[in-house]
Amino acid sequence: MAEDLVSALADLEEKEAGKIVEDRLNAGEDPLKILDDARRALEIVGERFASGEYFIPDLLYSGEILKGITAMVKPRLSKTTAVRRLGKIVFGTVAGDIHDIGKDIVVFMLDVNGFEVYDLGVDVPAEKFVEKIKETGAGIVGLSGFLTLAFESMKQTIQAIKYAGLRDKVKIMIGGGQIDEQVRGFAGADAYGKDAIDAVNLAKSWIGG
Amino acid sequence: MEKKWEEMSAVEKREARFETWMSAAGVQFHNPKAEANYKAAVTRFKDIVQMEKVPDRVPVLPFGIFMQPHLYGVTPYEAMYDTEKMLSAQLSFIKDYGPDYYTTPVLVGYGKIFDILDYKQYKLPGHGISEKSVYQYVEDEYMLADEYPALIQDPTDFWLRTLMPRAYGALDPLKMIAPFTDMWEVVLVSTQMIPFGIPPVQAALKALLDAGNEAMAWIQKIMGFEMQARGMGCPGCFGGATKAPFDILGDTLRGTRATMLDMYRRPDMVLKAVERLTPLAISQGVRGATMQGCPVVFIPLHKGADGFMSDAQFKEFYWPTLKTVILGLAAEGCVPFLFCEGSYNTRLEYLKELPEASCMWIFDRTDMTRVKEAIGKKICIGGNVPSGLLLTGTPEEIKAYCRNLIDVAGKGGGYLMCTGTAMDEGKADNVHAMIDFTKEYGVYK
Repeated sequence: MAEDLVSALADLEEKEAGKIVEDRLNAGEDPLKILDDARRALEIVGERFASGEYFIPDLLYSGEILKGITAMVKPRLSKTTAVRRLGKIVFGTVAGDIHDIGKDIVVFMLDVNGFEVYDLGVDVPAEKFVEKIKETGAGIVGLSGFLTLAFESMKQTIQAIKYAGLRDKVKIMIGGGQIDEQVRGFAGADAYGKDAIDAVNLAKSWIGG
Repeated sequence: MEKKWEEMSAVEKREARFETWMSAAGVQFHNPKAEANYKAAVTRFKDIVQMEKVPDRVPVLPFGIFMQPHLYGVTPYEAMYDTEKMLSAQLSFIKDYGPDYYTTPVLVGYGKIFDILDYKQYKLPGHGISEKSVYQYVEDEYMLADEYPALIQDPTDFWLRTLMPRAYGALDPLKMIAPFTDMWEVVLVSTQMIPFGIPPVQAALKALLDAGNEAMAWIQKIMGFEMQARGMGCPGCFGGATKAPFDILGDTLRGTRATMLDMYRRPDMVLKAVERLTPLAISQGVRGATMQGCPVVFIPLHKGADGFMSDAQFKEFYWPTLKTVILGLAAEGCVPFLFCEGSYNTRLEYLKELPEASCMWIFDRTDMTRVKEAIGKKICIGGNVPSGLLLTGTPEEIKAYCRNLIDVAGKGGGYLMCTGTAMDEGKADNVHAMIDFTKEYGVYK
């Protein structure tokens, strides 16, 4: 049975996955086992994305299916369930930019890969990143931006982190439509990721997951 | 005797459209040199599109929307609300930088019109985002999942009574009017008029009138600029604009997320919708080109880029109707200008299907060596000057980048030097370097 949910979700069979979860819940199975299978399926989705078999719509759709499964499972979960997390990441779209599709996909993939992500949303001022890093002690910061004006915002955000004395305590990744190695150098980030899987790999290499 | 339009071949139609563009009707050239520059620029454009002969040199288009105002310290907010200030920057840009073509300031839009209509699909500078931020699309489902049948049945009615009320706050009452196709013959005219007596509907109509008045004042200023720019010897390079049918669905109607999910959940509806929108997209492009007297039809491409969908999805949902739009425009003598932001490395095989000299493709992050090899010998290509380099690099780096582009993509003609994306900002030295270097090194010997 377990294999069925993993492959149904990994193959993006929405109806089938929902049916399996329903059956398993009705059979009184531990909801954590179901979520564990879902996580394994999302790992496969990530691998397929990395190998070029899956694309952005597939990631989005897998997220939608997972949302449905989580909603079904949630009422049966006990509140004390603690999930092991690899590390903390502060994430947001930089000041002046309100694009969130890319950011949301990256946050989702980081989350399903075991990171605790603090998503600050869009058009986030530099100070907010600084505050959140202080508050959470996060070791990784992700800056997203679609517009070219994000180049300057990213640079200013990283400078604000530096002025706050936090630069050597965090690793910073940037990404988004017009971001490349040139912009990484300009902004002073540690790395640039071209997609969600790049972001996951970077985070794992930094935190050692 | 001159042939009637409908009797002309596609080639003859395009020739006639280029002639209209070249003739610069109504333009007072400032001096003979300006006239010669204008004609040389149009000729150069025609040469790269037709691919029959090598132009005198590589033409250069610094494609900017808010870049030209930015170079003169005019913020996006000012550009959208102070048309004179914005146009003055546009004119200075032409004078100081000497581009071969200008990108029309129509793309900036006029803030007051959006305010009157209470436009919701974009955030505008100074309205919930900084005055220094450019307008940005607000992702949402402006058409709901169960509204596909209504769209497919009658797109115009759907726009008028569903999309416009939703996307423009001031036009919300338009949902109260009845479809105009109800209005047949004497017995139904009187009843059809009833909703127009309702005060909210009248307020919506008043908003349209007010917006219309603003639009008229604005376009007169824009036209003043356009005639002035042409008089200085710089042609505008866009006639009409249209979109890939899938992008109309994905950008304007359903939003990115929902459209991507629709490809799995309701693929038949997506296909029917894009097919329904296709003839409308062709017609829009042709009408614009005719009205503006310029054959070039701007087509910004969005949701079909590498990574945004699989090859199978591109082949099924995106490409067939885009191809039909390109062929439909070309058949009417227009020059589709595909503006391909992001990368298209995995789509080049499809582009090979297009007939020789039928359109032009301007790339952002696509590998230009592969592009030249795949389509560059029969279809005009361009672009690829990266925004990151333009905004953070040095003039020397820009020159080196452009040199390589001219050597690789410009070899044998058929290449337009152009920014890879529509620029919102500029760094003066780098923009100069891109233009000046192309004019110098891009001469074909």
